[in-house]
Amino acid sequence: SRPVSSPPTRRKAASRTAPDQTPESEPSSKGKAPSAAAAAAMESVEALVAHIQGLSGSADELAQLHGLLKQADGDALRAHSAGLLPFLSHLHPGAHSLGYLYLLDSFVSSSANLRAHAGGDLLVTVADFLTSCSADQIRMAPDKFLNVCRVLKNEVMQLNAPIRGIAPLRAAVRKIQTSSEQLTPLHAEYLMLCLLAKQYKAGLSVLEDDIFEVDQPKDLFLYCYYGAMIYIGLKKFRKALELLHNAVTAPMSSLNAITVEAYKKYVLVSLIQSGQVPSFPKYTSSTAQRNLKNHTQIYVDLSTCYGTGSYSDLETFIQSNAEAFQTDNNFGLVKQVLSSMYKRNIQRLTQTYLTLSLEDIASSVQLNTPKEAEMHVLRMIEDGEIHATINQKDGMVSFNEDPEQYKSSEMVEHIDSSIQRLMALSKKLTSIDQNISCDHAFLMKVSSSDLQMYFSFLPLCCPLLFSNKCE
Amino acid sequence: MDVDCEVSAAAAAAVTNGLGGGEQAAAAPVSADQLDVEAYAAQYSGRTRVARLLFIAERCGVEAIQLEALRMAHDEARAREDTVLYLDAVLKINSRLGPRYRHDQAWVDSVNRRAEQRKEKLETELNGYRTNLIKESIRMGYNDIGDFFYAHGHLSEAFKSYIRTRDYCTTSKHIVQMCMHVILVSIELGQFAHVTNYVSKAEQTPDTLDAVIVAKLRAAAGLANLETKKYKLAARKFLETGPELGSNYSEVIAPQDVAVYGALCALASFDRSELKSKVIDNINFRNFLELVPEVRELVNDFYASRYGSCLEHLEKLKPNLLLDIHLREHLGTLYNDIRHKAIIQYTLPFISVDLNTMASAFKSSVSMLEKELAALITENKIQARIDSHNKILYARHADQRNATFQRALQTGNEFERDIKAMLLRANLIKHDFNQKNWPGQRKMNL
Repeated sequence: SRPVSSPPTRRKAASRTAPDQTPESEPSSKGKAPSAAAAAAMESVEALVAHIQGLSGSADELAQLHGLLKQADGDALRAHSAGLLPFLSHLHPGAHSLGYLYLLDSFVSSSANLRAHAGGDLLVTVADFLTSCSADQIRMAPDKFLNVCRVLKNEVMQLNAPIRGIAPLRAAVRKIQTSSEQLTPLHAEYLMLCLLAKQYKAGLSVLEDDIFEVDQPKDLFLYCYYGAMIYIGLKKFRKALELLHNAVTAPMSSLNAITVEAYKKYVLVSLIQSGQVPSFPKYTSSTAQRNLKNHTQIYVDLSTCYGTGSYSDLETFIQSNAEAFQTDNNFGLVKQVLSSMYKRNIQRLTQTYLTLSLEDIASSVQLNTPKEAEMHVLRMIEDGEIHATINQKDGMVSFNEDPEQYKSSEMVEHIDSSIQRLMALSKKLTSIDQNISCDHAFLMKVSSSDLQMYFSFLPLCCPLLFSNKCE
Repeated sequence: MDVDCEVSAAAAAAVTNGLGGGEQAAAAPVSADQLDVEAYAAQYSGRTRVARLLFIAERCGVEAIQLEALRMAHDEARAREDTVLYLDAVLKINSRLGPRYRHDQAWVDSVNRRAEQRKEKLETELNGYRTNLIKESIRMGYNDIGDFFYAHGHLSEAFKSYIRTRDYCTTSKHIVQMCMHVILVSIELGQFAHVTNYVSKAEQTPDTLDAVIVAKLRAAAGLANLETKKYKLAARKFLETGPELGSNYSEVIAPQDVAVYGALCALASFDRSELKSKVIDNINFRNFLELVPEVRELVNDFYASRYGSCLEHLEKLKPNLLLDIHLREHLGTLYNDIRHKAIIQYTLPFISVDLNTMASAFKSSVSMLEKELAALITENKIQARIDSHNKILYARHADQRNATFQRALQTGNEFERDIKAMLLRANLIKHDFNQKNWPGQRKMNL
């Protein structure tokens, strides 16, 4: 690291700039001669830069640097933020992440700067920073980091090129997370970009991690909603349902628009997945239980109509409410609900019949011709939704039992890995439970008689926990 | 009910067309023609006789029987001086029976006048007793007023009067008497919740009750259960009714009715072992069943798996049963239940059943039978699958091993999903809790 020099003059500053930048480029871009104050400000910035370069080594140095940066933050940096950009080239985004971040954040906080550099290399600079910055350093100033990311997102949206933001933001999410179980505000932004760019698989990498820590409930709602939309795009309805379920049943004291939209999709995906909408579990907040249905009346009506099992009724209902569904951007999902009704009816037939003629299938499922019935059955066989064979000569379909015998080695592996996963989860649950029972606030709230009851019921409620302990 | 017995279907249609009047199906040999109105009415006494006759007149399709019933109702009402029922009967007769059965306003007025006078007399007496504060007389006073109202068809006033005696009952005999009165009026009013209430009140009296009264209470309880659609309980109550009932409760129910109601409810709701122990081997109930040999036959047929003949008997009885004031609404459900039970029991012992044989045993067509079976399978009452191509029903024994694996994996998945959601929620609540306690602390805010 270079030694700290005495307050440099203009020329010295110029000698340390990169070869492709001349001293004249700075003031000339302003169009007027710098005032004395500006010169002094530039000098302090240079001092700052020097500090950054010098103090980015160990943790102690970083702490000191952080203090200095916080002092400089405010007038010193913001007032002359326009001039900060060139200084960034002195710094290495990986080694000097903290300082880089402060300068960058100052720069992008001014919309004038952004407009001036719109479409230029700014995007590349920010993207590079995000991908190569050091996680430890930027975690010391999370607010600023998030601000920079948000600016990036806004820029790519303005440029109508959301795909450019995907890679940097994905890196950013990983860097700012303290653990893979933590939800950051970036998750929602990232998922939104993936949705807009239709890069659903990219969203998966972030969605696959389970989230257990949430700092801001608001982040959760958006995360769940966008995540569910990505899963819906990939037709993984079960996982979509999990996320939507979390959004709908999260504790909340007042209803928010995201939850209302999430509930609408929840109804539709439930119908596709299992043919009915489950009632609210008892841990749902009372706000949600009382008010959600009022805001989503046509969806509730849709699910009642679905429950009657009549395809034509459902079709008429959808047609008459098509506009409402379109405004909610749910029409595609609604059409999937409609086609799922045939599937459900055919699946019900497999439970009752061993063989059935195509004509009978067509009439009981309300299709028009046996040919259509054949097509539907064929498609379902291909998708693996039912096990059957079609005998075209007789016009008969034989329904077979599920051929899975649970004897193959893949199945054994699958069962084994499930068991491991669940045991890990169970251990986690035990440890959290132990933490809570040692918590001061908890113990204060629980009177001694309740405590006795609590501990005596514990073995009954959590047999899995205790069986783990006995292993 | 979709039993293909053409004859009975037409008869049933004829009967249910009740208010239609003259146009009945000509081919209805097994129909209400067989109902001997006089004999039927002779089983009952009191107000229920008139009520039942009016009911028959209303529901029966055959004009001859209608008029016969109305005539008897009219005479009875006139004899009892019950103006409410009399007016009802006259309205329905509609001058069809000749001059004697026309609306006689003069008679109505004179009856009403006499009734008014009697009422005033009773009320003054009662007031006298009340000022004297003699409990027993007050009680008897209220009873008399209740009886008076009941006789003249003012049921709700009768009900109120009887209820009032409650405060003045001193012995358990009084209480039982009050309960019996209230039960009677409640049955007529159709308020069966009260009936159940007062039956239990009466049964709870500390003194042992007379056997006849016990039997009456059981029959009343059974009736209440029947009307509130609790068929299994109704069956139990009817089966527990002792033969001491005889014709002692003719103002409510006849012993033949006990047999019919009890048997039908039992068939519809009991399983085989209960049927055997409580109905067939029940010595007390045998006395009742002797009164209605057809019903006895059909119970035996059901137990012996002669379902075809059992269902035939049921169909034969149907038109007359539809004229029964208490049974009518429930007949459809009961018959359906019995038929379903028969089908389920038929298929139980077999691995495979040829639908053609079964259809002939149940006297129905194969396609109708197939539909019924499909419905029962969907409701999970039969564990089987239909081979529609060859028209065979195969019993299906679930593969326990596979089912267990499936369930285990599913439970694991659900556990995982629920626990993860729960941990997330716990974290959210903790965060909320933290924020409430330390408002100064801010986390990552955008």
